[in-house]
Amino acid sequence: MNIIIDDIKTRFEISDVVKQSDNFSFLTCKKEQTISLVTHLKNIENFSHLVLLSAVDWIEDGKFQLTYILNNPNKKIDIAVRTFLDRETATMDSAHHLWKHAATYQRELKEMYGIDFPESPGVNDSFILEGWDDIPPYRRDFDTMKYAEETFFPREGRTTNDPTEYMKKKLYPDEEK
Amino acid sequence: MKKNNSIIDWQADRSKYPELDSNGKPIVDLTSQKYVKLWQGPNHPGVTGNMSLELTLSGDEIVDAKTHVGYLHRGFEKLIERRIYFKGLATCIRMCVPEADSNEYVYSSCVEDLAGIEVPEMALWLRTLALEMARLQVLLRTVPGQASTLSLGLGGQWGMYLRDLILDRFEELTGGRVYHMYIVPGGVRGLLPEGFKKRMEENLKKIDEFVVKIEDLIFTNTIFNKRTKGVGIIDPDWVSQYGIVGPNARAAGFKRDVRKDYPYGKYAELDFDVATSTDSDIYARSQIRKQDLITTVDLIRQILAKMPEKGEIRAKTPNVLHWEIEKGETYQRSESSRGEFGMYMVSDGSKYPRRINLRGPSYTHGVSLLEKMLLNANISDVHSIMVSLQTCPPEIER
Repeated sequence: MNIIIDDIKTRFEISDVVKQSDNFSFLTCKKEQTISLVTHLKNIENFSHLVLLSAVDWIEDGKFQLTYILNNPNKKIDIAVRTFLDRETATMDSAHHLWKHAATYQRELKEMYGIDFPESPGVNDSFILEGWDDIPPYRRDFDTMKYAEETFFPREGRTTNDPTEYMKKKLYPDEEK
Repeated sequence: MKKNNSIIDWQADRSKYPELDSNGKPIVDLTSQKYVKLWQGPNHPGVTGNMSLELTLSGDEIVDAKTHVGYLHRGFEKLIERRIYFKGLATCIRMCVPEADSNEYVYSSCVEDLAGIEVPEMALWLRTLALEMARLQVLLRTVPGQASTLSLGLGGQWGMYLRDLILDRFEELTGGRVYHMYIVPGGVRGLLPEGFKKRMEENLKKIDEFVVKIEDLIFTNTIFNKRTKGVGIIDPDWVSQYGIVGPNARAAGFKRDVRKDYPYGKYAELDFDVATSTDSDIYARSQIRKQDLITTVDLIRQILAKMPEKGEIRAKTPNVLHWEIEKGETYQRSESSRGEFGMYMVSDGSKYPRRINLRGPSYTHGVSLLEKMLLNANISDVHSIMVSLQTCPPEIER
């Protein structure tokens, strides 16, 4: 793993390498170089399995984080490549030419976060939501509570316990209020 | 369409199918009266769960297929961002309904990895037991369930009865039948009840008899053989292209199993092998799952024989109501009955996870792969192909 990371450091601008375990590392790459890096990892280093493509909304920094988790099934090692996009103009090159199922991940990320992947097949087709006209719902500024209160009517006569108070009483009865 | 057992010889006959455009999509003119658009699902006995297939047919052969999900979206990943780590567990287990224990494991494992918690030995044994029991109850439904897609329902009914016995064992171990919340961050919730091993062995003996019976009832059945051999073939080249995992990849000749490749729990101390095949059709995938069923029964016996009688079952955690986990991110995986089942979790140093993302095998198997496999298939094989991929829509849309 160290040899691979040392090698890609000489070819790409890599930072924030975090060794999660002996066979799993996270690293950060510049947006412009990310697709080249994952192509290199797939074709040269045999990270042939795209495990997951995910996004994280760092609203306080005005950034989206994209994470490509890649697996090398022969050496049984993983590298997670992080890259950061500007939240206002969130666009990323597509990886569907490397893995067919990347198109599904990208379609979901477009719908849920509003991150665009131009030229990704079906990226503008609705995936889970239909007729959605609000902001993309997985963004941090989408308020689920407000949406639920505005969209659904209250159910009269339903009684419940506050879960936090109930757990406090059951788990930590001696804790001061 | 000509059916052939050899993957190499197989070629699609597209002579009477529509022309493809520059993006590889068929140009279908429905007004030509040569094609029929047919929706299979979401409420249809021929789909697994809440999803639908938009099929374009030329005669009884499929020329275009699109999968549609969204009938079961509950927004769990978003909701968990508003829950403290401990309460998120009760939400995340519902992401994949049939095998809730894998959800519990990957969620708890992510929290433990981020918080630096070491799980006690006894809890690792009990976790491994719970995960294998979960696999067993799924396979008892899935293995004969494949025959049910061809109207051979008896095996499925036997399997449901035996599954119910395993759910009885779950009930006495955890208090729940489907959702258990037994594996929690730090360990598990309880030791084995008295007499559990004896009752489990009685159930396993019945399952041993069942495995012999389904060999005669299903795997030597002429209809089952004719309808599953050479049908629904996964080309080995697709395995990396489409992110195929678990029994679907193993039936295509790839010996991959998270329990062996990235051992967790107590799997490294257990003696087992993973089945593979090269035929890569529905029959081969069914055989792989039957072998998995036999392996799981053996693993449960090994676990019950090797595990200690008593021990610590839960590591000490901070007050779970005020538990703030240091900033970081992790990915944890397990082998579910359908293949690699993982979770990506990001913490921002607060009481709430910043992001969790489930990686379920059906996300790839049930969308891009299924669309590919249905091309050129016969309409009567759609259900068999879908079930042979063990598609679970709840984990696609979470």
